[in-house]
Amino acid sequence: MLRTTPFHSRTALLCQAQNWRRWAGCVVASSYELSHDREYWAIRSAAALLDVSPLYKYLVRGPDAARLLDRIVTRDIRRCAVGQVMYTPWCDEAGKVLDDGTITRLDEDLLRLTAAEPNLRWLHENSAGLDATIDDVSDSTAALAVQGPASRAILRDALEADLDSLRFFRATRAQVRDIPLTITRTGYTGDLGYELWFDGRHAERMWDHLIAAGQPYGLTPAGMLALDIARIEAGLILIDVDYVPARKALILARTSSPFELGLGWTVRLDKGYFVGQRALRAEQARPPTWQLRGLEIEWDALERLYAEAGLPVELPAAAWRTSVPVYAGDEQVGYATSGCWSPLLKQYIALAHVRAPHTAPGTSLAMEVTVEHRRRRAPARVRELPFFNPERKRA
Amino acid sequence: MSAPFDAIVIGAGHNGLTAAAYLARAGLSVVVVEQRDVIGGATVTEEFHPGFRVDTFAHRMGPFSPRVFEDLRLRTYGLEMVWPDPARVAMADGRALSLFRDPSQTAEAIRPFSSGDAARWPAFCRTVADAARLVDAVRQSQPPRLPDPGLRDLLRLAAIGLGLRRRGKRAMAETLRLLPMSLADLLDDWFESDVLKGAVAGAGLPGLMQGPRGAGTAYALLHHLAAGEAPGGVTLVRGGTGRAAEALAGAARAAGVEIRTSAPVERIGVRSDAAVEVVLAGGEVIPARRILSSADPKRTFLTLVGPEALDPAFVRQVRHIRMRGACAKVHLALGELPRFPGIGGGDAELRGAVMVAPGLDYLERAFDDAKYGGVSERPFLEAVIPTLTDPSLAPPGRHVMSILVQYAPYHLKAGAWEAARREALGDAVVAVLAEYAPNLPAAVLHRQVLTPLDLEQRLGLTEGNIFQGEMALDQLFFMRPVPGWARYGTPVRGLYLCGAGAHPGGGVTALPGYHAARAVLRDMSAS
Repeated sequence: MLRTTPFHSRTALLCQAQNWRRWAGCVVASSYELSHDREYWAIRSAAALLDVSPLYKYLVRGPDAARLLDRIVTRDIRRCAVGQVMYTPWCDEAGKVLDDGTITRLDEDLLRLTAAEPNLRWLHENSAGLDATIDDVSDSTAALAVQGPASRAILRDALEADLDSLRFFRATRAQVRDIPLTITRTGYTGDLGYELWFDGRHAERMWDHLIAAGQPYGLTPAGMLALDIARIEAGLILIDVDYVPARKALILARTSSPFELGLGWTVRLDKGYFVGQRALRAEQARPPTWQLRGLEIEWDALERLYAEAGLPVELPAAAWRTSVPVYAGDEQVGYATSGCWSPLLKQYIALAHVRAPHTAPGTSLAMEVTVEHRRRRAPARVRELPFFNPERKRA
Repeated sequence: MSAPFDAIVIGAGHNGLTAAAYLARAGLSVVVVEQRDVIGGATVTEEFHPGFRVDTFAHRMGPFSPRVFEDLRLRTYGLEMVWPDPARVAMADGRALSLFRDPSQTAEAIRPFSSGDAARWPAFCRTVADAARLVDAVRQSQPPRLPDPGLRDLLRLAAIGLGLRRRGKRAMAETLRLLPMSLADLLDDWFESDVLKGAVAGAGLPGLMQGPRGAGTAYALLHHLAAGEAPGGVTLVRGGTGRAAEALAGAARAAGVEIRTSAPVERIGVRSDAAVEVVLAGGEVIPARRILSSADPKRTFLTLVGPEALDPAFVRQVRHIRMRGACAKVHLALGELPRFPGIGGGDAELRGAVMVAPGLDYLERAFDDAKYGGVSERPFLEAVIPTLTDPSLAPPGRHVMSILVQYAPYHLKAGAWEAARREALGDAVVAVLAEYAPNLPAAVLHRQVLTPLDLEQRLGLTEGNIFQGEMALDQLFFMRPVPGWARYGTPVRGLYLCGAGAHPGGGVTALPGYHAARAVLRDMSAS
């Protein structure tokens, strides 16, 4: 059964394109207009309002709440201060990534985990012997993302909250009329942005309130297509697209460790036991075989390939998410998993898994492109991620 | 802090002591820590009434390993095993059926019940012996490393397979057919006498939370048989099974083992995935290079190590080990020997196990009660009168009776194991016995009832399971205690299991302890 989010009465009216997508069992707008262009530009030059309610959300409570999450994820949650948010992946016993999400420490013994996949059973299985209760609040908690350079100004007008002192990956409580909410300075766009978490019963009122407050700034409801481009520019990976969660991998080769996904910085081997620690410790001792890298396809060369077919360059309008071979000479040394034309950077970019030793930034590789039904190889350069990292994100 | 021991053994039961003795003989410094103020674990003989001593828990031996007996020279440390003959005498409607060590003698005893069964008994014994030989070969060997067995594992498995094949195609087929059967199906294949079927089934059922119609129960019959022993064989220890523990402790001490009683372990300290110390209840910390736990796997991992330091999949496996204690013990101090009118031949007939298991339906009904969370209204009983083997266990002329009672489930559907329930169970046991030995109720001077809850609280056996995990086909051999960890080592480096929760399982065999010590020494020589 397709479910809807608490904002459906609003998003359904706005969705002129009737372009819907399924996300964690819910229908969400891919784009509200026929083309997602305007929604994308809202993210980068004004502000966009995104319904991210389908995320799985768990409240973990109790004296051992932080210990429970700490034993699951790779980051050191015991060092997560109240009011802090941490992005982290988590792994199975073999050190292969199961999922990734954020953990917000709302209070000393109250934390919220967001996830892309259902994790209730995993949380329970890891809670043996710990004094912590787990609530699946996925359905009851609504979530909105306000992303873009104008997001702070909009929320300053809309909410009573000390936004100026709210630093990147920090959380604060706020109030809109009678609606209590949590604001986190987080997002999936790599831009200045915030996410708002509140009881789903207030969803429509909150939406209306933000739309009204955001109007002078050009706040625009945006769908998943616009978000997809933004997150590729920001070098943020997407489950099921850029990596296969270990539980769904039919073969071992499909799984990835955090080190292979560019998430080595999240792995704190020196903390207490966590699931996968033994395997990750062993893996850390040897250089990783795979690395997640950015690829920038060389435009001039691409133009030449199309010119041979008598065409100008034709790129897909939306981000693609298929596996595309990447070569060094004649040898396949990797595969790209998502890519797009970056309207902001004016570059054709992709996220790719590249095998050592071809991972150094600047390395010349080639990515397969299909030009007029023929498979060709377009020269591409390895780039450090993210592609786009504006100062305002953290400022 | 003192220098670490080479090994700490948790629990001074027969398996813990066996492991300790072997390790010390290999040159390791070993300390055994025992929570109780007496050694022995489930093999302990204690005074339960002034002047009366009884085997508090196990009242007969499993097939005790002859190799351990020889290696540790247990005879010189006072272990004297006796093999009563008849091994068992089964009560039935005013008559009794004796199972002797010699199949032809048993056949004669069966004849009054069924001449056809009497004729089939020797062949049945041969079939069971063929299968028991396989079980014994498996018991004597360590489980293979799975799913990637080493060459040595494969050779050992091949040897076991060849040994089976060598008995002939027919015997092999019979054995493979027999293993997963229920006792009832097996016995219905062979016999018509309900008394005989009850007696044989009763030899397999102790400790199981299953009735004779439960799948895989035929295996249990084999599990308790020594190689070459006729079905129903019983091994006792003169002076009680506590003597076995004392002999093992003697051998261990002679090898240099230090045994500390009243030293309950609170937890096993783990650092960087390795077991490094044992913390006693008083706070004392004993460091060690390795730790062998003869506590059951649930207690070892979920309580002593704690799930926090363990992978969730492993914790899940351990939590799913079925324990489900099924039996209680009743101990009677008797002013005189019970007289069973059905039994001729005098006291000698009663030296083995006296059974109230008069038929398959009786046993299954006893289990039916437990299946739904109740206590058997008419329980299945296995009684031993140890004073017939060693009169010194009671004042002159007096006797002791040790009765294993089934089914008394740990998990009761209604209520709890409180005093009234306990006494009701004792009453039911005496009432059932009185049907066969009318003088018994008047002869009882004192009665002790131990419920599965008592077994858990006194011995630390989770859910009071006397085998530290059900002896079911899915919890044996390379699946004991859990698949993937059947070779005594555990996910915690330096932590080993050496109790009945490990292969080959429950019963006073000393084999889990023996195999665990060998696994430790193997790992030491490999590193």
